[in-house]
Amino acid sequence: MEILQLIFSGLASGCIYGLIALGFVLIYKATEAVNFAQGDMMMIGSLSIISLTSSTALGLSLMVAIPLMLILMALIGFLIEKVFITHITGESQIAIAILTIAIGFGLRFIAGVIWGYDPQTLESALIGTYYNFGKLVISISEVLVIITTLALTLSLYYFFAKTKIGVAMVAVSQNQLAAYYMGIPVKRMQSLTWIIAGLLAGVAGFLYSAKSSVDPITGLLGIKAFAAAVIGGFGSLPGALVGGLVVGLVEPFAARFLPVGYSHLMPYIILVMVLIFRPHGIFSQTYSKKV
Amino acid sequence: MRTIFKTSYDPDINLFKDRFHRLCYVLLCVVLILFPFFLNEYFIGELTLTLIWAIAGMGLMILVGQSGQVSLGHSAFMATGAYSVVILQSKLGLPFILALPAAGLISALLGVLIALPTTRLHGIYLAILTLAISVLVEDIIVLAEPLTGGVNGMFASDIVIFGINFGRYSNIENLYWLVLFTTILLVLVYKNILRTPIGRAFASIRDSEVSASAMGVNVVLTKAVAFGVSSFFTGIAGAFFGHFATAFNYETFNVIMSITILLMIVIGGVGSIHGAFLGAIVITLLPVLISFLRDFIFQGTSINLMALPGIETGIFSLILILVILFEPRGIYGAWLKTRTYFELFPLYRKDMFRRQKSYLKTERLR
Repeated sequence: MEILQLIFSGLASGCIYGLIALGFVLIYKATEAVNFAQGDMMMIGSLSIISLTSSTALGLSLMVAIPLMLILMALIGFLIEKVFITHITGESQIAIAILTIAIGFGLRFIAGVIWGYDPQTLESALIGTYYNFGKLVISISEVLVIITTLALTLSLYYFFAKTKIGVAMVAVSQNQLAAYYMGIPVKRMQSLTWIIAGLLAGVAGFLYSAKSSVDPITGLLGIKAFAAAVIGGFGSLPGALVGGLVVGLVEPFAARFLPVGYSHLMPYIILVMVLIFRPHGIFSQTYSKKV
Repeated sequence: MRTIFKTSYDPDINLFKDRFHRLCYVLLCVVLILFPFFLNEYFIGELTLTLIWAIAGMGLMILVGQSGQVSLGHSAFMATGAYSVVILQSKLGLPFILALPAAGLISALLGVLIALPTTRLHGIYLAILTLAISVLVEDIIVLAEPLTGGVNGMFASDIVIFGINFGRYSNIENLYWLVLFTTILLVLVYKNILRTPIGRAFASIRDSEVSASAMGVNVVLTKAVAFGVSSFFTGIAGAFFGHFATAFNYETFNVIMSITILLMIVIGGVGSIHGAFLGAIVITLLPVLISFLRDFIFQGTSINLMALPGIETGIFSLILILVILFEPRGIYGAWLKTRTYFELFPLYRKDMFRRQKSYLKTERLR
């Protein structure tokens, strides 16, 4: 029973990692850049939903607050792309990576100014509602996390595989010049990618705040999500979810069965192992470069 | 405008372009050596820190600027350098003059160990791997408590070489001269590495791995050597950093420090030694400037900027964003442009330094 409990909580936190990793993969898939600020975007989403619903601030109900927060996050994604990223398209991946690291620092600073550095929690009926199945205790927020993540991954997978816009986005990343020739509005596709990434960060932020307390440093969770994305192979959407689940499942088990201090290491050790033995992830998509 | 007529191949590989150039650097060294006679202890301390950051910056510059690999984990090598220099002195009783190069070599060994299995990785994957390594090293330091003091950290005693004290608080001038001497030595090493075949191999794998291996460059070996040299420099910087901070623990060398070193060389200008030094100056000047501005604004308008936590990171990230957007070659690039403008006075064209933008193409062929 204890094992089941561990599996369940691992699944729930793994889904959060998976959602952040989905954001990484989405942007990587469509623009070949890695957005190091994804974790910080999630943190902004969490803190804004907490403020929107908190009885001391705005006190809106969740049904109103969630769409408002998602609009805000889409706007943030759009603005980051319009103000910063467009200006350096065509430069090296590393320049974009450093730029997004700086944006992440900036977001953390802004969050610190607005919300302060104290951890905050969501005021909602979702928190603290538990169902008991025998000895297994399941919180409703964990169920919500798992269902939402599954639905989002499936719909994004469908989006990239079947819809016209999705295919256009993949085309933009595979060969920008050819995409221009085919009449795809490349810049607009990139804006759209960042908007969707912002939305994903918003959803991840809401789900995270339903599970635990949030402060501006929460964004560093992104590093664990990197592990998830790499394990899955940057560039594969189901891979990101699988990677997230691996990281999420390993953590509680390591915490339970390994000596104190070692559990924290496990996700990174797995990451290093995957990179050494299977350099492009489990769901590898890389083929050797033709000259 | 000075024109150099080249009659042999030597001017291309000489350390200095011409006599004037050499004179400038000699003068700079003299001024730097004389600084402690004019400045008070606080500024000498800041200068020492600047030089230490510059050494670390040079270390990362060899990797990023010369061989084109990105590391987000250089705090790991700083930590290795700092911890090993202190442990070698306290546990094994080595004198500092042996412990310092040994600490550098241990860092270099770690660098090569990391590089060898990962040479197949490049770009983003390497950055993420090194990021993970820097997190791992932080945790390993805590776990290796008997050696490293765990969460409590370590104390570095004063540096003593042949009976002369180089303490942080007792003899800061001596420490400054020691760091300055090491820095000049390392700059010469750096410059000379670039003139050797391995240095040119660095540049060739930076520009194109495929063509480098077609020309007979051993890519795996070259990358490992680049990592080794880079982490040697960074380890030396870490050793001095430990002695400069006098007390440090695992939190001193966190992920933020790795990112700071990377941002430093980006702000300074990737690809040149000057960039490392300019970036180091920005890094150490910024907190001083901010606290000065804070007091200034507080006295003038009684707006208390102290109330804004983390304003340093905020301003830092803003500067970085502006640099990447408007001057991707960093401060040194801006200086090169201004110099060229005046050298060619009426003939400077606006697009002389323009980089060709490339259209993106995936490496995940499908």
